[in-house]
Amino acid sequence: MAIDWEAFWLTLQLAVVVSSILLLLGLAVAYWISFSRWRWKFLVEAIVALPIVLPPTVLGFYLLVALGPRSPLGRWWESLTGHTLAFTFSGLVLGSILYSLPFAVQPFAASFSSVDRRLISASATLGASPLRTFFRVVLPLSVPGIITGTALSFAHTLGEFGVVLMVGGNIPGVTRTISIDIFDRVQASEYNAANQTALVLLLFCFAVLALVYGLNRRPRLVGPLK
Amino acid sequence: MISHMQTADRAGKQLAADPNLRAEPSPRSGEARDRTLHVRVHKRLSSEERDFALDVEFHATPGFTILFGPSGAGKTTLLDCVAGLVMPEVGRITVGDRVLLDTEKHVDVPIAKRRVGYVFQDLALFPHYTVEQNVKYGLSHLGRDERKDRAASILGAFRIDVLAKRRPKEISGGERQRVALARTLVTDPELLVLDEPLAALDAATKMRIVDDLRAWNEAHNIPILYVTHSRDEVFALGDRALVLDGGRILAQGTPHEVLAAPRQETVAQLAGFENILDATVDSLHADRGTMTCSLAGKPGNSVQLETPLVRAEVGAQLRVGIRAGDILLAITAPVGLSARNIIPGRIVALERRDVIISARVDCGVALEVHLTLAARDSLQLVPGRDVWLVIKTHSCHLMQK
Repeated sequence: MAIDWEAFWLTLQLAVVVSSILLLLGLAVAYWISFSRWRWKFLVEAIVALPIVLPPTVLGFYLLVALGPRSPLGRWWESLTGHTLAFTFSGLVLGSILYSLPFAVQPFAASFSSVDRRLISASATLGASPLRTFFRVVLPLSVPGIITGTALSFAHTLGEFGVVLMVGGNIPGVTRTISIDIFDRVQASEYNAANQTALVLLLFCFAVLALVYGLNRRPRLVGPLK
Repeated sequence: MISHMQTADRAGKQLAADPNLRAEPSPRSGEARDRTLHVRVHKRLSSEERDFALDVEFHATPGFTILFGPSGAGKTTLLDCVAGLVMPEVGRITVGDRVLLDTEKHVDVPIAKRRVGYVFQDLALFPHYTVEQNVKYGLSHLGRDERKDRAASILGAFRIDVLAKRRPKEISGGERQRVALARTLVTDPELLVLDEPLAALDAATKMRIVDDLRAWNEAHNIPILYVTHSRDEVFALGDRALVLDGGRILAQGTPHEVLAAPRQETVAQLAGFENILDATVDSLHADRGTMTCSLAGKPGNSVQLETPLVRAEVGAQLRVGIRAGDILLAITAPVGLSARNIIPGRIVALERRDVIISARVDCGVALEVHLTLAARDSLQLVPGRDVWLVIKTHSCHLMQK
């Protein structure tokens, strides 16, 4: 078998779950970053941006420690579910969320911040609550940024390697993603199979990004959320 | 033009007769109820460029109150304080018996609950909604049918019903102003604040919108704060005007009182007088509503000027402001004119500023006169040429020294 479709399917599942969670979590974090007036806000922004510059192995290492049976988080999870987070799909999801967080939050926050503040004021003077203003004015006008952020976190999760390897290991059907699969095959000198899988991943990521930029090029096609 | 005016007139009548707008049964329509706006605010704004403090106290009865002042005077900050967008350090704002803000008692009604209709300078229409959706935006607390009725009625009253399905980008500037007004008025505010909403419009469009607004307020009778830096708008709209500069109220009263009487000089300067001259009152002509002043010029060469009558005594020291564009220039001694001041002089300098020629003329006092390029060429004006300046009595604006 040239292409490990099981790994492919698992990776896709992971990316869908992670980018869906990041859509909700990222919107909340980005909203807070855009509109909070807390003076230490910049520290939170720096923490959110950390995964961009941090080697994935560093993030993965700390995650592994944090998820392991010796940490409070690991013990709590174990008492709840009966097994540790490390080397499970849930652990992968958690690691990927942290790793892809900035790729969702930054485009979201940038598009929130670019919404004309006077529109937000106008909404308030017309009697709208902050929540209604968010859903009726800020969110619809941020659609391009939200599409970009979601697609980036999706594509980024597809191709992630270091964190997955540290946190998940290489368990077929559970934590063996495509990038691990490719690495494995190169290790085993199966260049032909590695090449095929890599090509599929390359084309897939390109398709996702092309779709995003294509949609954002013609905002009318997407249109505001009603 | 004529057809426009007829349309406006017809629509005005229709507006006044519209039962939805006129006899809207609302708890605020009791005739005896006090709706006066009282404002006392102190707000500091510090930035690197300047240290600004807004410090005002005034009230506004139902009807138009004009806030007049140069940019940077604090007009928008004042409106933002009233609407709740900006929090003053100290202040109390009430509409009738409703307290919107009282810093001493820690009362701060949220923006959404203040019932202050705000039309922004840039209008802030929602670009992703149609005209109709924009107008319905503030009506979410109502049922579907009532929302529809109210929107339809205000869209008709402001003659934008045909644009209902269009987006703000697809309509003209004047139409956008109407949409912004309609969107705000449909929410039935208890106070309306307008931040130069009509500044970008031509005079005819502006006056038609103002007429619609007046008709609307005949039925609703709420205080309207209208910010402008145009003198013409102050006279055209104002029942009452406040002059604001440097964060303080310099004068208040009728437009005539604050802008046509002798006033503090900052007020006149901000209104754009190129010529501000010292003058002494020579004689009063109460029966004609004028007086004669002499301008302090070179010794033995005093220039007499007939000006409007103000509250002053003979011998009083005043200042006269004359706009450079209000002075006519002639190359022969003019005869048969209604203007009372014809002053001989000599051109000292001609200077081109964009499409205007600024001429400095020595008449014993130096006066600046603005001309068109064509006027300069056809009169063959050059420095050294003898000319006569023609100044109407009412182009002379008197102010306190």
